[in-house]
Amino acid sequence: MDVKLGLETIAARAVGAVSRAAGRGGGTTLPGKLLWKLDPASVDALAARLTSGVALVSATNGKTTTTAMAAKILGQEHRLVWNRAGANLLSGLASALVSTRAADLGLFEADEGALPEAIRRTRPRVVSLANLFRDQLDRYGELELVADRWRTAVERLPGWTTLVVNADDPILAELAEDREQVVRFGLDDPRHARPSLQHAADSKYCVRCGHPYDYAAAYVGHLGDYHCPACGHERPPLDVAAREIELVGLTGSSFRLDTPQGSAVVELALPGLYNVYNAVAAASLALALDVSPTVIARGLADFSAAFGRFERIPAGTKTIVVLLIKNPAGANEVLRTLETGVPPVLVIALNDAIADGQDVSWIWDVDFEPLLPHVGRVVATGDRAAELGLRLVYGGLSEDRLEVIPRLERALDRGLGLVEAGTELVILPTYTAMLSLRGILTERGFVRPYWDGAT
Amino acid sequence: MIIRVGHLYPEYLNIYADRGNIAVLARRATLRGHELMVESIGIGEQVQPGMHDLLYVGGGQDREQTLVAPDLADKGPAILEAVAQGAALLAVCGGYQLLGRGYRGRDGSLMPGAGLFAHETVAGTTRMIGDVLLECELEPGTRRPLAGFENHAGRTVLDSGAEALGRVVHGFGNDGESDFEGCRVGRAIGTYLHGPLLPRNPWLADWLLAQALAHSRGSDPPTLEPLPDELEAEAFRVAAGRARERGGRRR
Repeated sequence: MDVKLGLETIAARAVGAVSRAAGRGGGTTLPGKLLWKLDPASVDALAARLTSGVALVSATNGKTTTTAMAAKILGQEHRLVWNRAGANLLSGLASALVSTRAADLGLFEADEGALPEAIRRTRPRVVSLANLFRDQLDRYGELELVADRWRTAVERLPGWTTLVVNADDPILAELAEDREQVVRFGLDDPRHARPSLQHAADSKYCVRCGHPYDYAAAYVGHLGDYHCPACGHERPPLDVAAREIELVGLTGSSFRLDTPQGSAVVELALPGLYNVYNAVAAASLALALDVSPTVIARGLADFSAAFGRFERIPAGTKTIVVLLIKNPAGANEVLRTLETGVPPVLVIALNDAIADGQDVSWIWDVDFEPLLPHVGRVVATGDRAAELGLRLVYGGLSEDRLEVIPRLERALDRGLGLVEAGTELVILPTYTAMLSLRGILTERGFVRPYWDGAT
Repeated sequence: MIIRVGHLYPEYLNIYADRGNIAVLARRATLRGHELMVESIGIGEQVQPGMHDLLYVGGGQDREQTLVAPDLADKGPAILEAVAQGAALLAVCGGYQLLGRGYRGRDGSLMPGAGLFAHETVAGTTRMIGDVLLECELEPGTRRPLAGFENHAGRTVLDSGAEALGRVVHGFGNDGESDFEGCRVGRAIGTYLHGPLLPRNPWLADWLLAQALAHSRGSDPPTLEPLPDELEAEAFRVAAGRARERGGRRR
């Protein structure tokens, strides 16, 4: 078994090197695919070699950022193996495991659908579940279905696994209820609550009795401090909380991290309340692995951004700000971040490949409306540019302020042409549009390919 | 002229573009000098036949659908009466299923529906997901295409003699086998096509508005003045292309 594993690992590493040399997208999943195909059980064996164990992260939104944040924190005390480029299917985990030889701790983001199998194979020390939103229903089926699979997976966790859950998400709080080893995290600063639940809010109905929840504070989508007036189901007490949150537009944010091991002030170079959630999720995961609040705060302060999620890219005399959008809840938070300083020009790129969601109807559940009256001009681009343009017109954008330019590169140049030197162009791409955009910017020498940039 | 719309369960059945469909109806009505007045009809509230020119029932996830199903079944007779009196109706996805005779789960149990459409839906083990292109003939001799997206586990089987909304050109349709999609009773239409159906299929929005105006005036459906619809046409062209390239069922 071990001899076989060794040979397969070497073969897979070789393929990875070839794949990178051939410039085929970093080779982040190819060698894993090979190993995964040859012998799936090798993942179990490779994971079992990690002396400090494995931590898994899953969520609809923010898993790549949360994992990257946790890596920054844990990297201070561990030799890590992690799937840094967001390759979050089992083949991606296999790739990471193959490519890193001397790690003691595994940290993996797992796709929502892949989580149960990732749990089965890696026997994790910590599992962090950060949120469940409506995502690409064409890929995952319905939210309830994912929740059911997670429930089953959690029931099968060994007693020694610590479950880290976002207690602000009713489904996840409920799912952790009967377990002993749980870290419950959430936000606790009603100043940042939304006046009402957003249009796209999921899980507005009590997970126990179906009655609508009352929210003392709704922070992001359906995440918040909820209470069911009918049966009394409510947010459990928080073990880890972000309090005294300050948001500074597109620049960053800060908050006080309160934990059973003490408090620390966290400075984040990332904007938006959703990134505070990501940071608290990463902090809670690190706490479950016995990292102190001070070390956590230092790791988070050093964190810039995960691949493509939020990037500032200098492009000649101008700067491009890229904010990934991929589903209603995530996009709403990105737009909310822009509300404090509405950019004069916005480029939005909508693709419909499998990774973006082939079903583009989610854009109708995004609350573009508050932003549109204040934006000077919007360039709609991507494979479904016209569809997006229609959405924006129905959202209140007058047609003379809309330009529909399906070709991404042309749209980028148009956007850059519209903003003044010394200012920023904000681009909101879906996943594959973000990859294409990075491709264009790499060709122009503005960014390095991501597998080089990994640290 | 005021067009009165009754939107059933907007709090529960609101997945993917339901508000988009309403927004399209509202805008296209306004551009023709009419006004859409939308009222929500929630659980425990009555549908009063004659009160609304158009009823709208959207789609929801399983959980939300289960929550409204018994109430919608109770409203069945009133909805049938409203449609019999000439009200227009659009039901999408979950709403379309719930307006049939019922939904049969994998355990054989039947969740009764409102009984407007002559069909029964049976839970399937796999979901039928993908782009769809239909050909419809709502008025004899006028064939028009409809492009959308479907995502459903239920197989909806029309009774023999029931009228489908259209014939499947690309995609799965009602059950993945019959080549039928949707159902039509008078001015009522049900369909699985959700990914905003009306924005990129403006002719259907206008058809519904004309039917609603007919109900409101007690006349024949009026001819609505055409709109430029350039973005609409482009969005339709791309969506129809997607259905051709990658629509669910190969035929």
